Amino acid sequence: MKMVTRIPVALLACGSFNPITNMHMRLFELARDHLHHTDKGRYMVVEGIISPVSDKYSKKGLVPAKHRVAMAQLALETSDWIRVDPWESEQQQWSETVKVLRQHVRYSVPLADCPAQQQSSTFMKTVSEREKKYWEKSQNSLIEKSSSEGWQRTFLLELKLLCGADVLESFGTPDLWRKEHIEEIVGKFGLVCVSRSGTDPQQFIHESDILSKYDHNIHLAREWIQNELSATQVRRALRRGKSIKYLLPDSVIDYIKQHNIYTADSEQANSSETLQPLKLQSTVVNLLND
Amino acid sequence: MEKSGERKEVVLLACGSFNPITNMHLRLFELARDHLHETGKYKVIKGMISPVGDGYKKKGLIEAHHRVAMAELATRSSDWVTVDTWESLQEEWVETAQVFRHHYQQLSSNSSEYNKDDDVILIKKKKRKLEKEEAALEKTVPYRSETKGVPELKLLCGADLLESFGTPNLWKQEDIIEIVGKFGLVCISRGGTNAQKFIYESDVLWKYKNNIAVVEEWIPNEISATRIRRSLRRGRSVRYLLPELVVDYIEKNDLYSAESEEKNADVILAPLQRYTKDANN
Repeated sequence: MKMVTRIPVALLACGSFNPITNMHMRLFELARDHLHHTDKGRYMVVEGIISPVSDKYSKKGLVPAKHRVAMAQLALETSDWIRVDPWESEQQQWSETVKVLRQHVRYSVPLADCPAQQQSSTFMKTVSEREKKYWEKSQNSLIEKSSSEGWQRTFLLELKLLCGADVLESFGTPDLWRKEHIEEIVGKFGLVCVSRSGTDPQQFIHESDILSKYDHNIHLAREWIQNELSATQVRRALRRGKSIKYLLPDSVIDYIKQHNIYTADSEQANSSETLQPLKLQSTVVNLLND
Repeated sequence: MEKSGERKEVVLLACGSFNPITNMHLRLFELARDHLHETGKYKVIKGMISPVGDGYKKKGLIEAHHRVAMAELATRSSDWVTVDTWESLQEEWVETAQVFRHHYQQLSSNSSEYNKDDDVILIKKKKRKLEKEEAALEKTVPYRSETKGVPELKLLCGADLLESFGTPNLWKQEDIIEIVGKFGLVCISRGGTNAQKFIYESDVLWKYKNNIAVVEEWIPNEISATRIRRSLRRGRSVRYLLPELVVDYIEKNDLYSAESEEKNADVILAPLQRYTKDANN
């Protein structure tokens, strides 16, 4: 009798989602595939969370949170494991990413003693028929146990930050992140970083003391199907009256058209503002100087 | 009525395996239409996807009825791109130029301003001209469609198809001349310099370069069907790379496995077989 335990994982993606695109959703799919196929199948991804940033982030071109949340909801209607959480967008102030992580882990449900059977069925619900067959064929048994035995362990959901290589590299931008926060994000929670060919996240990790320290907690997934789709590109195309069909779900495109969200004007929003995290950091520095 | 300054109507025709259709294929149409509209000279009225027949015998090519079904699902949400099954229903592989002739015929007979008598004379003229063409390639002067009311039919493709013109025994020279000279190409490429260079280096393409529109794809995406099939074989997700309905269809019908990829593995591609045989005769 073999028992293989899988660590349940939730993936949290923070960002502008201005607007959400197929690329954002691909990140989730790639991250999940990666965690399932590596480390002899150590993880089982049970949930994906999209957390659009609050308007107080003051990024240039950021449209109201209510729209960004609505668009993400439309995009995820057909997903059975990824959802949108508006908590961050509803806060009065901009929230540092680490706070969002803490928020979500607080309300995650610990998997109390549960028989292996139940755990396996939870996993099975989140994967497709094709993937199930793949597992069967590759003889990667999930959980095999006799039915008479129970399971005496408590599983806490591991919450990991899902991001692209650009976010990982932004850890190096002065004043954008606080050192203690990077430490907590990578040390306590963990990162799943999806990168495209041409970028070398491993190099970046190597050159950073903090990241190297928690190297085991950083999972690097590769996007082999090159795709340069970005929300910036989408907004540009919209301003120029070009088609964005097949870059994002139709439902989101309809919403954008209906509400006339992205225009030359909307792109100028916050153009005279400083990005909130930079503002905060310089405030801290000023206090120290006094 | 054709007036100078009025836009010429265009139909975009994409031929290929569509094995399976992906968001990249669909983007080609959107990019081409945006580009042609921007020139101020054209109005794209229709897009057609023409999946190749099983007779093409390409490795890993699954049954035409599946490829057609997926393309139909993929274009359900489009109000101008449709799927045409004529080519896929032919038992033997059909040359692309022939597919064009077929569709041009359809467009001509459907045209509301079509004058039957004019066209009969035109057809006779065409026939004579084609015979001359086969005799003397250099002397051929392919003509553009100037029949009133008949839209221009253009081949929509990626730079890879353009460059495949150079593969020995894959295309007949006369066909290339006909497609580029008579009909025209809209070629979507990233890093447009490769496509431009290829046109420059080919005498035929250079001659008809005004009939070739190279459209830069600023949001490059390499969602190739080959990679999709590879991901599927490995039990990976392809969601958000193809339309949802197509992903569901593939799932439901359990398409694309290691077995399906081996189909036609020991068979020669139809055009290579046909043209090599012709050359040997």
